[in-house]
Amino acid sequence: MASRIEILNDGGFRSDGRRQYELRDLAIDLSQQASADGAATITHGLTQVMVSVFGPREAKMRSQTMHDRANINVEVSVAAFSTGERRKRNRGDKRILELAATIKSTFEPVIQTSLYPRSQIDIFVQVLEQDGGLLQACINGTTLALANAGIPLIDFVCAVTGGVHLTAPMLDLTLIEENDVPHVSVAVLPKTGKVTLVTMETRLHVERFEEIFRLAGQAGKVIHAEFKRALRDRTTTLVGAMGAGPRISAEEEMEY
Amino acid sequence: MVEITIRKRPHSEAVISTRKFFKKTARGKVVKVLRERYLRDDVACGIQSCASCDNSTADPLPFAGDTQHKAFPDGHYILPDTNVFLHQMDLMESSLFKPPIILLQTVMDEVRHRSIPLYNRLKALVRMDDKRVWVFYNEYRSETAIIAEEDESPNDRNDRGIRKAAEWYNEHIKLNRHVVRGQPPPKLPAVVLMTEDAANKRKAEESGIPVTSIRQYISLFPEASAAQLLDLLSNAEDNVLEPRVTGGGKQALYAEYYDESMLQAGLATGNLYKGHFNASSYNYLQGSVMVHELPKPVLLIGRENLNRAVHGDQVIIELFDEDKWGVEGDEVVDQESTLKDDDAADSDEEEENDDVLRKEADAVRASEAKATKKEAQPTGRVVGIVKRNWRPIVCHIDATALPSSSTFGSAASSTSATSLSTQTLLAHPTSTLLPRIRIRTRQGPALVGKKILVAIDSWHATSRYPDGHFVRVLGDVGGEDAEREGLMLEYGISYGAFGSAILGCLPPEGDKWVVVPKSEDGMWKGREDLRDLTICSIDPPNCQDIDDALHARPLPNGNIEAGVHIADVSNFVLADTPMDTEAAARGTTVYLVDKRIDMLPALLGTNLCSLRPNVERLAFSAIWELTPNAEIVNVRFTKSVIRSKAAFTYEEAQIRKDNPALQDPLTTAIRLLNTLAQKLKAARMAAGALNLASPEVKIHLDSAESSDPIDVEQKELRETNSLVEEFMLLANISVARKIFDAFPATAVLRRHLPPPQTNFDKLKDILKKRKGLTLDVSSSGALAESLDRCVDAEEPAFNTLVRIMATRCMLPAEYFGAGSVGRDTFGHYGLASDIYTHFTSPIRRYADVLAHRQLAAAIGYAPLHASLHSKANVERILEVVNRRHRMAQMAGRASVEYYVGLALKGRNERQGRGQAVTEEAFVIRTFRNGLGVFVTKLGIEGLVMFKRDLTEFDADNYCVTIPGSSAAVPGNQDVVISVFDKVVVKIEVETDKNTQKGKVKMSLVQPVDSSSL
Repeated sequence: MASRIEILNDGGFRSDGRRQYELRDLAIDLSQQASADGAATITHGLTQVMVSVFGPREAKMRSQTMHDRANINVEVSVAAFSTGERRKRNRGDKRILELAATIKSTFEPVIQTSLYPRSQIDIFVQVLEQDGGLLQACINGTTLALANAGIPLIDFVCAVTGGVHLTAPMLDLTLIEENDVPHVSVAVLPKTGKVTLVTMETRLHVERFEEIFRLAGQAGKVIHAEFKRALRDRTTTLVGAMGAGPRISAEEEMEY
Repeated sequence: MVEITIRKRPHSEAVISTRKFFKKTARGKVVKVLRERYLRDDVACGIQSCASCDNSTADPLPFAGDTQHKAFPDGHYILPDTNVFLHQMDLMESSLFKPPIILLQTVMDEVRHRSIPLYNRLKALVRMDDKRVWVFYNEYRSETAIIAEEDESPNDRNDRGIRKAAEWYNEHIKLNRHVVRGQPPPKLPAVVLMTEDAANKRKAEESGIPVTSIRQYISLFPEASAAQLLDLLSNAEDNVLEPRVTGGGKQALYAEYYDESMLQAGLATGNLYKGHFNASSYNYLQGSVMVHELPKPVLLIGRENLNRAVHGDQVIIELFDEDKWGVEGDEVVDQESTLKDDDAADSDEEEENDDVLRKEADAVRASEAKATKKEAQPTGRVVGIVKRNWRPIVCHIDATALPSSSTFGSAASSTSATSLSTQTLLAHPTSTLLPRIRIRTRQGPALVGKKILVAIDSWHATSRYPDGHFVRVLGDVGGEDAEREGLMLEYGISYGAFGSAILGCLPPEGDKWVVVPKSEDGMWKGREDLRDLTICSIDPPNCQDIDDALHARPLPNGNIEAGVHIADVSNFVLADTPMDTEAAARGTTVYLVDKRIDMLPALLGTNLCSLRPNVERLAFSAIWELTPNAEIVNVRFTKSVIRSKAAFTYEEAQIRKDNPALQDPLTTAIRLLNTLAQKLKAARMAAGALNLASPEVKIHLDSAESSDPIDVEQKELRETNSLVEEFMLLANISVARKIFDAFPATAVLRRHLPPPQTNFDKLKDILKKRKGLTLDVSSSGALAESLDRCVDAEEPAFNTLVRIMATRCMLPAEYFGAGSVGRDTFGHYGLASDIYTHFTSPIRRYADVLAHRQLAAAIGYAPLHASLHSKANVERILEVVNRRHRMAQMAGRASVEYYVGLALKGRNERQGRGQAVTEEAFVIRTFRNGLGVFVTKLGIEGLVMFKRDLTEFDADNYCVTIPGSSAAVPGNQDVVISVFDKVVVKIEVETDKNTQKGKVKMSLVQPVDSSSL
């Protein structure tokens, strides 16, 4: 017997009022966080992740320095209050280590590490709220934080989860949906259309897979547009705050 | 390319767009749950040509609403609240009830939460062609979404949501009908809230929402149908708006059920047990509950202990102490005769009817007296109901139950039928397993002599009988159409015509559809051309849905190629189409004696898919290479095009095979098939397959015009029957292996679990004591062997009888998804095969259609539809198919029984009075006051009852002694009748004067005449 909640009802609505191809509310906050070089807080519906980036800076440990490129260090911590049931996860938790390793390997080919030999880039991911799509939020947050820190990337990385309920594909799953349908997380580089990450922990048939995979790729591009807007807004505010005011053309300046 | 968007949720709206609640988990922890909700403006109102909603997708509600109702001349839509659907579903489903309905999401969710069966009916209602229902997702529309206020119960919250939606709708209609200058203002149809809840009604009135109660609404209903609709009203909730007069001082007849927490605690500690209640068909005061934890079913004896359980309910029971344990009553207690005089009005007032109570007490004591027996069964009583299994029940009304004023005749009854005065009547179910039901009707006299459908609404502790309401008339009692419809309703068979959406899935060419000339693609893609093979089909006479055909030919290497060709139904029935959904819901074609209720539209079943002779048809073929000893060398499966050369009946094929003069290719092919089949069968039997028997009889229908049956005979089995059977088994087994290989998680298979040894205890005991025979039930092989040894040299039918009785001890076979059970439980006990499926009859069984799809995917012909990849989905479909299959079998049997009854009646009439039919019969059960007998020739079971207590009953040795002193016995010698004895019975069909119901009555002729007993 399926769960009490209808994943997709006859009217084409999901349990939270979205339709199949609608993503959850996406909120991005790029404001400064303490001493971090770049930070981002991203909210997908009720999943919230805060990412701080430090570096590139000298590696704390000699052993980890690499002479030709920067080392990327990812640490994830999950707040005890992030789920309905209070549960403390310590750093050694296998799930968390796996999440960190996934983020690291997703970004290794994207960050231009060879520009910073013998240095280290630290990425600290704090999970504040969880309601499905944790990995996608972590990756999206990391992209934004890296961009905010001014670290050169070859492209944005935009991640989306997609699932299939019976035969109907759907995007950006909540926790209830994740528990009920097979799903896959896909991270794409929207400019090149390349895919840097595909993970799936449930079983999904090959023929379904292609459909949902393509769809997630398209959804990545929608998220990409949102990223660009957020970063441009942030930059505009920063430039405004520097006192430069609205940009003045060269000729106008000459007159004064 | 779909459009992907990000749904924005303004954070200022957080109060309404998120929901926080606490939930207690199964382990007792309290968890906080936060959910969000996206409110939107594009949820359509569903009213035709609404200026601001996009209603282009589905068929919308009419623009002007329904203008027929007297109270709403400007037109109206009704918007019922949850209780209307929970209690008055019959009314809403009635075809007379036609106003456009707005169904709120809040209501849908509440119904779903309360009762899944009702929810399914509601969903069917939404889809119904002649109903105008629009589902409005009010919880997702920004204007109508609400949140629970503090201190507000979920019920109040939902009621407020419903009122809000009604208010919004009225406003919405006003906004979208503009006043055009110079024209009269447009008519504004009202959206009327329909509720039975007084508080809800008052609040709605306060805020100016049009509101009505159901009774009020129906009494102003335009047509003469008001009376009929009023009867459909359930009276379960009467006390809400119209309190019952007799409510207070009634004495409770039954113990109240334990409350929920006590039940849960009892189940957890093992003091209480849960199981399905089975009423006894011999004794209406007795029933049993099979409980997993106990080896024997728990007996429930007496009305108080049955405590309002109805056959099929899931109940919770409490066991009695061991000293109160008993054995199954050995007496037959008939509700009809014991309670003859108990009328509805009487029991309504609950005047203690001493006579009835005394009789019942007698009946109960009879079974309790036996409690000292060593093999006592546990007894207990019902203390709670988990789930009611209340379906509409086919009943009739006893004419004597009507107040005398209305039994004058048809003229009188027609006047009182229109007078709308209410009467309380007892409806008698056709099935002896069900209690009588009290209904209140305004059409009392008009219902006498009719088969009617009644639904149970409630059963209070103060009332001897359950309360119900009248649903509709099926037809005259004894009328074949009414009997048939009643039968189908009783077994939940959907027999309606196929809807237009389903017929739309048929090939557009209709019966002009043909296999196109051979080409590389289209229909021919991936198909093998087998049109030149000598293929023929062998079926029962007049078979229209031919779904299998066969061929065989020798190969140059000395081996033999044999092929089974099955109609390629999956080519026409594509997954996820309306036709597929309907077929899945029907599950199987149902064969009644005089009617076939198809699973697929007739165009497919009897024409396009049917492998008719000399027509090109699409097929799915399984082709084996077999050694002359019938060992499989290899097997392959392919989609194909065939042209059957002939369609034989079993008899024709047999005659052809036995005629040595015939040497044509068809005949030699049949002979070849036959030799292989014999070897296959021998191998199967050696592996331990069972040869079981069921009482199969055949009804001869007189002619096409009048379907009066003239005779009954037992089905004859020929060699060719076994020929076809063997190859079908071979195909099914081969296919099962293939699809299990390809889809280990979702393959559609069939299994037959070995029966628990204890099932055979009684039969073993009887055989040992009466015949000195032993039955070895350790394995199917051993059972087959010992069944072969159960012979009586003087009585050839004895073996068949034992086989029939053994079959009854077994479990039914079932479909299952391969991933749902352990590999070691796949086996088919009866066939002694380790794996099995159904592949060979896709026209009439839905499981076969699924197997076809999986096989097509396994051989790479077509990709497998996504629904067959989901284990949960396959399980869900098969659960339905299993139930339908069981129901169809029971309906088929009931239909045969009915016709046997008719045939007997006919025979009796031909033979004239006093010359009743006499037949040989075997005793299969003994009671204190009667015998259960089985008439082999007619395939029916019956009861012989002794009126007086003259007999001595020996339960240990299964025999009844009729003392020589009795007048009926010639020669003053004691006559002993025991199980397996052959007797001669007289079979009469008695028509009850009141009910016009034909009833088979049997009495002994030999060895004694029981008519005086």
